[in-house]
Amino acid sequence: MIQYNLNHLRILESEAIYVIRETAAQFERPALLFSGGKDSIVMVHLARKAFYPARIPFPLVHIDTGHNFPETIVFRDWLVEDAGAQLIVGSVQESIDAGRVTEEKGINASRNMLQTVTLLDTIEQYKFDACLGGARRDEEKARAKERFFSHRDDFGQWDPKNQRPELWNLLNGKKRVGEHFRVFPLSNWTEMDVWMYIAQENLRIPSIYFSHDRECVVRDGVILATSDFIPLKPTEKPEMMHVRYRTVGDMTCTGAVMSNANTLAEIISEVASSRVTERGTRSDDKRSETAMEDRKKQGYF
Amino acid sequence: MSKKGNSYLNMEMLRFTTAGSVDDGKSTLIGRLLYDSKSIFADQLEAVERTSKMKGFEHVDLALLTDGLRAEREQGITIDVAYRYFATPKRKFIIADTPGHIQYTRNMVTGASTANLALILVDARKGIVEQTNRHSFIASLLQIPHIIVCINKMDLVDYSQEVFENIVEEYRKLSLKLDVKDVQFIPISALNGDNVVEKSNNMKWYKGATLMYLLETIHISSDENHIDCRFPVQYVIRPQSQEHHDFRGYAGRIAGGVFRPGDTVKVLPSGFTAKIKEIHSLKDLSLNETVKEAFAPMSVTMTLDADVDVSRGDMLVRENNMPESEQDLDIMVCWMSEKALSIGGKYALKHTTRDVRCVVKDIRYKIDIDTLHRHESDKTIGMNDIGRIHIRTTAPLFFDSYRKNRITGSVILIDEGTNETVGAGMIV
Repeated sequence: MIQYNLNHLRILESEAIYVIRETAAQFERPALLFSGGKDSIVMVHLARKAFYPARIPFPLVHIDTGHNFPETIVFRDWLVEDAGAQLIVGSVQESIDAGRVTEEKGINASRNMLQTVTLLDTIEQYKFDACLGGARRDEEKARAKERFFSHRDDFGQWDPKNQRPELWNLLNGKKRVGEHFRVFPLSNWTEMDVWMYIAQENLRIPSIYFSHDRECVVRDGVILATSDFIPLKPTEKPEMMHVRYRTVGDMTCTGAVMSNANTLAEIISEVASSRVTERGTRSDDKRSETAMEDRKKQGYF
Repeated sequence: MSKKGNSYLNMEMLRFTTAGSVDDGKSTLIGRLLYDSKSIFADQLEAVERTSKMKGFEHVDLALLTDGLRAEREQGITIDVAYRYFATPKRKFIIADTPGHIQYTRNMVTGASTANLALILVDARKGIVEQTNRHSFIASLLQIPHIIVCINKMDLVDYSQEVFENIVEEYRKLSLKLDVKDVQFIPISALNGDNVVEKSNNMKWYKGATLMYLLETIHISSDENHIDCRFPVQYVIRPQSQEHHDFRGYAGRIAGGVFRPGDTVKVLPSGFTAKIKEIHSLKDLSLNETVKEAFAPMSVTMTLDADVDVSRGDMLVRENNMPESEQDLDIMVCWMSEKALSIGGKYALKHTTRDVRCVVKDIRYKIDIDTLHRHESDKTIGMNDIGRIHIRTTAPLFFDSYRKNRITGSVILIDEGTNETVGAGMIV
C-alpha cells in the first residue's frame, strides 16, 4: 500500500497557507505586519506561495520605531521589491511629533510600548480589518493560548476571556464594524521549525542573524549594541564582541547572543543546543512576569 | 548540514490532547515529557523555580509551565486550551492541554478536534472514575484515532501488576460502549519517570513500550482520509497580469482522497465536470513544479482544462464518489455558550469553506457524558452540554459523516448577534 506522508514542515506550511488564504477570503482589508525579523520573512514567503502566480493581495505594514537596526531597513526594502508588494510605513517618530505619545525618559527608555499607538492609528487610518503577524505560541506563556484568528475589540484590545474556540480548521472571522482581528498563521511553529524552514526554502535573512563583530554593553545580563538610542551609564564600558541576534526588534531592547554561527546550519545546531528561549534575550519581556500579557491586552502585536 | 539538522527535516508530526484535573499528575507528566525531551529552557525553568519559591512550595511546581494567563494563575486553574510543543529526532509533537473538569467540556472538545491521539490519565489508586468516562467519551465522539491510557501513580500502589490489570480490564469494558479503535495501556509514575521516557526497573512484569516510544512510533499516516476525494475551494487565484493573463487557479487544502492531473472532477453545486490540468504544491515560487498526486492535508492550487464557473465554497469531487448533499441534517453538538441552544433558534453555520445559515428544528436527546445515558426528556442544551439535534440549512451542504471524514463532517454554529462561536457540530 502506498503511504501518503508529509513531513512536519510541509504540514505546518500547508496549515499556514490555509490560514493566510482564509484571511484573504474572509476579510475586506487585510494587511501583513512586517517587522523585518525571521518570522515575518517566513510570513511574506508563505503569502507569496499562497497566491502565486498572483501577487500578495494585501499590503505589508511596517511600524517603524526609528530605532531599528539599519540592516533591517535595507533588507525590508529589498524584500518588498523582490515580492512586488506594497509597503505602508507607520512611524512612531511621527506619533511622537504629533503628540499622540510621549517618549519614555531615562537610561532604559524604549519605544516598544509606543509602537502600540502607532500600530492602532495605522490600522484605523487604512481601515485594516485583519492584521497577519508572525507570532508563535511557543514564544511566551501568554501566547500559548493564542488563536489563529485573535479577536480585538474596537479599542484594539485583546480580552483573553473573550476569545473564540477554534475547532478543526473552521476559522470564525465574523465581526462588528470597528473591530478587527490579528491572525497568526505560524501559531504551531517553534523557533526550530522557523529556522528549518528558512534553510529548506533557502530564504534570505538580514545579516544581523549571523555572527559578526559589534560594539556592545552588557546591561542586566542583556548584551545591547551601542547606538545613539542607548545612553550609557558612567560605569558602562562598551567593548567589541562576537555576536548575533536571535530575534530582531528595536536596538534599545533586543539583546544579542555571543555566537560563532555563520551559516544557517550552524544557527540550527546552536538553536538545537540552546538552553534559553529566544525571548530570554528581550529586555522588554523582563519588566514583569506578565509583561507580554499586559502589552497584548493593550493591542500589542 | 549536521546530522541532527537532517533528522529534523524528516520529522513527522503528531497532535495529541491531554485532559485531566489538578491532582491526577497531568501537569507533572507534561512537565516530564517537556523536560526529558529538553524542551524546557533554562530561563523558563528559572522563572518557575522563582515563583514556586515565592509561593512557599517545597518542590518546583511544573504546573506553572503549562499555566499561562494571569487570571488562571490567580485562581490556580487552567481554563482554556494551551498548546505546548516538543520534539524528538523522530517527531514534532503538539499537545493540546485542557482542563478535565466537566465545566470545561467545551475546551476538551476544542483540543480533541485536531488531535491524532488522546492521552488519558487514570490514578492507579482510584481506578476508572467519572472523569475517565468523560474523557474517553469525548475522544470517541471526536473520533480521535488513537488512545493511550496511562495508569499513573503506580509508585503509590507498590507497582502492582494486579492493580494495573484490573484497571485495564475495567477500561476494556467501558470501551465496548464507545467507538474507539486503537487503545493501549501503560503503567507509569510521572513523578518518578517510570515508563515515561525510560523503561521502569520497578515493573519488570510490564513488557510493553514506554510512553515516549509509543508517541514516537504509533502509526499515524493512515489517520487522514485518502479514499474519498474532497477539495473545498478556498480562494480563486487570478493574477490579472500580462504574464499570467489566462491563469485561473483554484486554491485550497485537500480534505480527503488523492487528486491527480488528468482526473475528471465534478464541481459542486453546479455539477459541471472538467479535467484537472495541473496541481501546484507550491514547493517553490514558480509554476514549473507540478505534482503527480496531492492528498490531505496539502494546500495546493489546481487548474482545470475547461472554463467552468468555480468559486469559494464550491467543492471538487470525483464523479463516482460523491459526498452527501442535504439541507436537513442530524448533528451531535457540543454547546459552548452561556445562552442555551433553543429549538427554532437561527445560527450562522460554517462548513469547510462554505457559509450558510441554519435553524434548529429539533433536539433529539441530551447525553450525560459521565454515564453516557441518553436523556430524551431533558432537552435543554446549555454550556458544555452535548446532544443530538436536527437542523435545516438555507442551502445544501456537501458533506460526509464525521466518522468518515473529520473535515467534511464538521460544522460550527455562530450566534448572529454576538458573532461568537457557540456550537461545535459533528454530522451523524
